[in-house]
Amino acid sequence: MKESLGTTGLILNEPLLWEKGKKGRRGFSLPRRDVEFSPLNEDLAGEGPDFPDLSEVDVVRHYTRLSTWNFGVDTGMYPLGSCTMKYNPKTNERQAGLQGFAGAHPLLPAGLSQGTLKLMFELEQYLSEITGMDAVTLQPAAGAHGEFAGMLVICAYHKSKGERRSKIIVPDTAHGTNPASATLCGYQSVPVKSNEQGILSPEAVADVMDEDTAGIMVTNPNTLGLFEENIKKIAEIVHAKGGLVYCDGANMNAVMGIVHMGEIGIDVLHLNLHKTFSTPHGGGGPGSGPVCVKKHLEPFLPVPRVVEENGKYSLSEDFPESVGKLHAFYGNFGVMIKAYSYILSMGPGGLKKASQLAVLNANYIKEKLKGVFHLPYDRPCMHECVFSDEFQKADKVTTLDMVKRLMDYGYHPPTIYFPLVVHGSIMIEPTETESKEDIDLFIEALKAIADEAKKNPELLHDAPSRCKVRRLDETTAARKPCLAG
Amino acid sequence: MRYLPHTSEDITSMLEEVGVDGLDGLFSTIPEDCRHRDDLNLPEPLTEWELNDRMGALSDSMAVSPEYKMFIGAGSYQHYIPASVSSLLGRSEFVTSYTPYQPEISQGTLQAIYEYQTLTTRLLGMEVANASIYDGASALAEALLMALRITKKRKVAISSLIHPLYRRVVQTYCEPSGYEIAELPYLDDGRTDLSKLAGMNDLGAVAVQSPNFFGCIENLKEISEMVHEKSALLVASFTEPLAYGLFKNPGSQGADIACGEGQSLGIPQSFGGPVLGMFASKMKYVRSMPGRLVGKTTDMDGKRGFVLTLSTREQHIRREKATSNICTNNSLCALAAAMYMASMGGTGMRELAMLNYDKSEYLKSELKKAGFKINFESPTFNEFVVEFPAGFKNTYERLLEKKIVAGLPLAPYYPELSSHYLLCVTETRTRQDIDALVREVKS
Repeated sequence: MKESLGTTGLILNEPLLWEKGKKGRRGFSLPRRDVEFSPLNEDLAGEGPDFPDLSEVDVVRHYTRLSTWNFGVDTGMYPLGSCTMKYNPKTNERQAGLQGFAGAHPLLPAGLSQGTLKLMFELEQYLSEITGMDAVTLQPAAGAHGEFAGMLVICAYHKSKGERRSKIIVPDTAHGTNPASATLCGYQSVPVKSNEQGILSPEAVADVMDEDTAGIMVTNPNTLGLFEENIKKIAEIVHAKGGLVYCDGANMNAVMGIVHMGEIGIDVLHLNLHKTFSTPHGGGGPGSGPVCVKKHLEPFLPVPRVVEENGKYSLSEDFPESVGKLHAFYGNFGVMIKAYSYILSMGPGGLKKASQLAVLNANYIKEKLKGVFHLPYDRPCMHECVFSDEFQKADKVTTLDMVKRLMDYGYHPPTIYFPLVVHGSIMIEPTETESKEDIDLFIEALKAIADEAKKNPELLHDAPSRCKVRRLDETTAARKPCLAG
Repeated sequence: MRYLPHTSEDITSMLEEVGVDGLDGLFSTIPEDCRHRDDLNLPEPLTEWELNDRMGALSDSMAVSPEYKMFIGAGSYQHYIPASVSSLLGRSEFVTSYTPYQPEISQGTLQAIYEYQTLTTRLLGMEVANASIYDGASALAEALLMALRITKKRKVAISSLIHPLYRRVVQTYCEPSGYEIAELPYLDDGRTDLSKLAGMNDLGAVAVQSPNFFGCIENLKEISEMVHEKSALLVASFTEPLAYGLFKNPGSQGADIACGEGQSLGIPQSFGGPVLGMFASKMKYVRSMPGRLVGKTTDMDGKRGFVLTLSTREQHIRREKATSNICTNNSLCALAAAMYMASMGGTGMRELAMLNYDKSEYLKSELKKAGFKINFESPTFNEFVVEFPAGFKNTYERLLEKKIVAGLPLAPYYPELSSHYLLCVTETRTRQDIDALVREVKS
């Protein structure tokens, strides 16, 4: 194979912030004082925080060094299944940084904030069109926040019918936060198993669906990277008993311009703008989790909502059945800008092409590696494919060992031990922004690791060997938590 | 499309490997009746230049500083952000990484969050802080749910001087579980009236904000004693953490949970988001805390390192039993705040807070001199309520035309304060701006 991407380059040490600095330094220029000192109430006055005093160069070197210990999409391939770590266009950052957006106060009169309101209004329309749903709220600040909003909408819908249902069906192939989002709404989650093909069967749903069940939370495509083929039939079963169908649309990346969510029986759907619509993940947020609904659920969406009249935009609170507010203001507007910018850059054809290539890349990896690693569900996959460490067990090599070794080859490991339905799983999501050459290199690296597992398993047990730190003691970290210095 | 690297030859050869004819063939598992029949009805793709024009036009229609002189805070504050912070925050190793699930190649994010947690505990005077959540409002809602989990009670009392929009978020969060929320009125001096507490039983938590929505500093020490007497937890909320550069922090006054908005610490206002939900508590409650935590540990060679920890509290393990669904934080915003706090240092935070205080005191005294009423007399930090004469609405509109935003009208939030406005002055307003405002409101 070609030389691996991982290097043994320069890794500089850097202490903790408060291990450097000297009292009296300041890394910031205080504005000129043009007013007198005012007396201060001594009972209320405090000492000020015990922060280290650092110069600007101290701070710059500190964070620059820290940054070099991180792997990001701009560093290399980040095939983290279920997380959609694709390339984030730089132009999006530029747009979000425009002074009119970045400097906008959220409580300005509507007449002074037409630009942001128009952007939100149009983004809602675009997301409606892409999903095939009727109305959208952009307010939830993350995917799980969107799940919660969706559950609140379902709760409010039943309430409007004079009902209080107590259960929600959650398949084992759904996202991890789904049951917790249901719990927050006071629902009890009822787990249901996927079938031998890795998808949900209508019979399994029919068995648990009753008049006390508020609905079902399906992740589609699911966390095995498979399309829930029976979704229409399942929706009929749930609807027949008065329930609603919630779709976790975090994996929308696979089906843009292809699946019409509005026509397959979905009532509520959340999107992860930061995944599908290319906002960088920032080391774990901020995200944005808009919720799209069918017409009959629109009255329950969070307020305020952006409305348009004669080309003028304003925020309206006039939705008496609304679930209320979920965010102090309107959600993560900065993330919305990036999604809007991305959609406009791609156009309808580009979005569909992105999904097609994401699926092509995943299926290509699946085909090329299926003899090397065990493939529990040998079916056409969507944007991610799931393997397990079944073949490597004999050599006492685990999924963890293999992915740690992958770091030495210059890659971020895929998602591991998820989904829970596959023992020792490795979930690979290459996304559409990786080229054939880069994917071939990645495949070769994984093949080389499978080979090492047989011939020299110690290499894997000791991996990674070229990072800032070696394997970390997570047990002690949890038993004797040290959470601040 | 410039973000998609595949050539038609690549596509053909990859399809061959997969064994399907054409890209459509990849979607064979999707039934026909689940598909879009037509192409998406969206605008045709824009070039980068066209996009710049379109976004530039939207952005230019906004009223923002420096052209507009803003005297409006109310949970979103204009502060200078050092160029070094914006530049460091833009480093793609921070921006384009994900949740640090693989600690060996995420030490940058992990150490930075650990430092953020530490700076947050020091700023708020608390023992433990999480890696942040969505915003000040959701932080308050999560704090109250946490207090109810700890105390196993079903009722909370909330000061009416907590940001009105935060209170509405709390209502949304509490509604489906049927938790009871009682509201505490306010006194003539601009602080929370706690007298109703005496008659309340079975309280899990009492929430107050300081500085409160009127900008007034609450006497947290006194409040915490009363709250603890009722065996409830004190949740101290805030929208302007810079105040703790000058005033006593919530932890030193007995708060059990301190939570609020950290936007002031180097984060752009961005029309209200993304911002930073700061969240901290006493150590004994850490296992009930929502959100992500980073802990210090060592690697196989004994070298210092950092990992995500205590995740068994969360949805990863016992997903049906999880009580919080917080899965992401606002990591990049937390990083910005850490960089900002590091740039300020203890000395800088104090000086900056003092400057904010003095500038708003200057406006307050100039308005008083001009004959306007400041009814709430408690000490304030960088914002305060002023009563303007009836008919001030016209003056307010006229000032908007002169590109001065003379505060936030309180009528929509407190109907009894129909001619009152909440005014805010930070270090970004000059004496000249302030004098111009006073001159204009007088005329």
